[in-house]
Amino acid sequence: MRVDSFRFLPRSFRPLFEGARPLDGETDPVWAPFERRLSEATVMLVTSAGLYRRGDQPSFDGDRERREPTWGDPSWRPIPRRTEQGELAMMHLHVNPVDVLADHEVALPLRALDRLVDEGIVGDSAPTHISVMGYQAGGLREWRERTAPEVVEVARGDGVDGVVLAPV
Amino acid sequence: MPVLARRIEAAGIPTVVVTMMPDLADAMLTPRILGVEFPFGHPFGLPADPGLQRRVLEAALLVLAGGAVPGTRVDVDVEWPVPVREAYRSWQPAEPSPIVAHMIEQTRSRRESPPGPPGGAA
Repeated sequence: MRVDSFRFLPRSFRPLFEGARPLDGETDPVWAPFERRLSEATVMLVTSAGLYRRGDQPSFDGDRERREPTWGDPSWRPIPRRTEQGELAMMHLHVNPVDVLADHEVALPLRALDRLVDEGIVGDSAPTHISVMGYQAGGLREWRERTAPEVVEVARGDGVDGVVLAPV
Repeated sequence: MPVLARRIEAAGIPTVVVTMMPDLADAMLTPRILGVEFPFGHPFGLPADPGLQRRVLEAALLVLAGGAVPGTRVDVDVEWPVPVREAYRSWQPAEPSPIVAHMIEQTRSRRESPPGPPGGAA
């Protein structure tokens, strides 16, 4: 079967996405081969749900987005591997946060990854996973020039062999 | 997210993007794609459904580790177990996002603004 990319999208949004093309400067394929066995690999998760650690990390900036609707907060938050259910808050103005708050695994499956590690299917879970706020219409430049290199630095520092990114 | 994935990939670390809009990810030259036909906000499935969450994560890891060529796309054959109309309503925020509110306002002011002079001359 082939996924219908527009099944849950309001009909009026459809023209914004139909006929999408590569962005300027992003017209060549990129490819890094996956060299290791998965059972020996360290995996990092990246979510765009705008999750942050309740109490010890700042929220993503929703106030500025309300003032400047084409801007999205391009910053990121490190989410430690051992983060438990209920320890994360969410700032994302484009989706209903209820289900992600009820069960963080919906967007950031830390426990599912832990189980695959325990069973020997995956080598290890990265010590730090990453949360961003995915609405980047006006923040894309900073995402490219700052956020992405910083995420790469974290991944390299933690010996990450592969990254699973999940936009919301 | 395709932009971030491409930057990470270009730095030598392989990636896979789990997405509700695989056509868009495909168009943006995302290296590896796992498509899911789920409502927005739910890339790994329903809350309190660890079986489905695991199934999606395992599929993503298979694509990550086994994808052979740039643009590898696999779609997950799972139908969302909530009626479409209900799911469509429930993923959306209680208030329109700022950009949607802005677009609605622009449309409204275009409708309400008086027509220009004949011939379009300002």
